[in-house]
Amino acid sequence: MIRVQSENFDIGTEIEQLRAGRTDVGAIVSFTGTVRDLGGVERISDMTLEHYPGMTERALEALEADARARWPLQDSLVIHRHGTLQPGENIVLVVTLSKHRQAAFEAAAFMMDDLKTRAPFWKKETTDTGPRWVEARESDDVAAARWQRGASNETAGE
Amino acid sequence: MSIKLLYFAWVREQVGVGEETVDLPDGITTVSDLMTWLKSRDEGYAAAFAKAPLIRAAVDQEHAQHDASISDAREIAFFPPVTGG
Repeated sequence: MIRVQSENFDIGTEIEQLRAGRTDVGAIVSFTGTVRDLGGVERISDMTLEHYPGMTERALEALEADARARWPLQDSLVIHRHGTLQPGENIVLVVTLSKHRQAAFEAAAFMMDDLKTRAPFWKKETTDTGPRWVEARESDDVAAARWQRGASNETAGE
Repeated sequence: MSIKLLYFAWVREQVGVGEETVDLPDGITTVSDLMTWLKSRDEGYAAAFAKAPLIRAAVDQEHAQHDASISDAREIAFFPPVTGG
């Protein structure tokens, strides 16, 4: 399942809803991405996430379908927020449920790497020197490329 | 041919609108042709599409290369590389 929303989500509630009543799940992996202010020279007061309604949902559905075709998952969830968020707030949640941990770990990592390079979201940070669009990072392309079939698994991004 | 165009992030800011419907002149058959035509429309478009190699496109909500055909397209979007997650 995928959701695109402006409101926050509760990680525990989301996971409990996915696992409720199931006994065929042996591994649950979750990843949460949050707004950071690393406290460097430029402080970040907030971040606005713009997206492409329609294409966003299609892209998230496609990456979830790709993950479920490649790994044996009992269930999965992707939630991505849009709108203006403060440092510390949740941005994205990926949860995978499988019989064994390896599929759950790998599918969650794949979904995040794929999302970073394909899902149509754009971040604009408000810093103490003004607003600034976040630039895409080459390391994200490298991280996504490692999941292409036949690619080496030794070149993961950050 | 009438087509819906969408712009996001700094492409939207420089073009000045998020969405518009345009009638394309004859001879525009690829994403690249469309970008070249848009660049000639006014200063905002010129500024945005001066950085053409940086701009990504989607044709009918699917990522597309600049040499992709737009012959049957209903909706084309232009935006910087994505930065979600």
